[in-house]
Amino acid sequence: MRSELGKVRGLGSAKSGTEHFWMQRVTAIANVPLVIFLVWFIISHVGSTRAAFITSIKHPLIAVGLLLALASFLYHMRLGLQVVIEDYVHGSAKFAALLINTFFAVILFATAAYAILKMSFGL
Amino acid sequence: MSGSKPKARPLSPHLQIYRPMLSMTMSIMHRITGVGLAVGMIGLVWWLTAASISDGYFDLVQGFFYHWFGRLVLFGFTWALMHHMLGGLRHFIWDTGRGFELTTVEWLVRANLIGSVLLTILIWVIGYGVRA
Repeated sequence: MRSELGKVRGLGSAKSGTEHFWMQRVTAIANVPLVIFLVWFIISHVGSTRAAFITSIKHPLIAVGLLLALASFLYHMRLGLQVVIEDYVHGSAKFAALLINTFFAVILFATAAYAILKMSFGL
Repeated sequence: MSGSKPKARPLSPHLQIYRPMLSMTMSIMHRITGVGLAVGMIGLVWWLTAASISDGYFDLVQGFFYHWFGRLVLFGFTWALMHHMLGGLRHFIWDTGRGFELTTVEWLVRANLIGSVLLTILIWVIGYGVRA
C-alpha cells in the first residue's frame, strides 16, 4: 500500500533547471569570440608543419585561448546533448546515456588539455 | 482517486499535425547542427592530439583534412558552426522577450540561414586565399 503522496514524491523538479539554462547561455556567449578565435587558428594552420603548429601553441595567449575554447565548447556540448538525450531516451538507457555524455565531454577535454599543455610547455 | 491503472490520456498534437514551416525546420536544424558539432569536436581533439604526438601522425591528420573528403567534412563543420552560432544569437534576441512577431520570426530565421551560408563561404574564401 502506497499513499497517493508517496507515489509522486521524488518525481518533481530536480531544482537545477535554471542553472542548466543559465550555463547554456553563459557558455554560448563565451563561444562567440572563441569560435572566431578557433576559425582564425584553424585557417592559419592550413597545410602547416608540426613544427610551425607547435611554435604557435607555445605562445601563452594561443594555449590559453585553445584551453578556454575547448572548455566552453565542451561544457556547452554536454548541456546540449543532455537535453537531446532527455528528449529521446527513456528509462534506464537514459541514465546510461547521460553518464556516457558526461564522460565523453570530460575525456575530450582532458585529452585536448593534455595535448595543448604538453606542446605549450615543450615537453 | 484510488484507481492505480493509468488512464489513456489524449496526446498533444505532435510534428506530423503541423504544416512544415521554415521556423520549425530551423529549430530542428539548430539541434542537428549541435549534434554534428559534437561529433566535430572529436576531429578537433584528434588534430590537437596528433600534433602533440609525432610529425608522422600530425602529417597523417593534416593529410586527412587536406583530402577532398576531409575538406567536405570541414566545410560541413564550418556551416554547422556558423548556423548554430547565428541560431544561438537569434535565441539571445528571443531571450530578451523581443522578436516574437511572426514577420520578425520569419525574418530572423531567413537571416540565420542566409547568414550561415555567407559566413561559411567567406571563411573558405579566406582559407583558400591564405593558402595560395
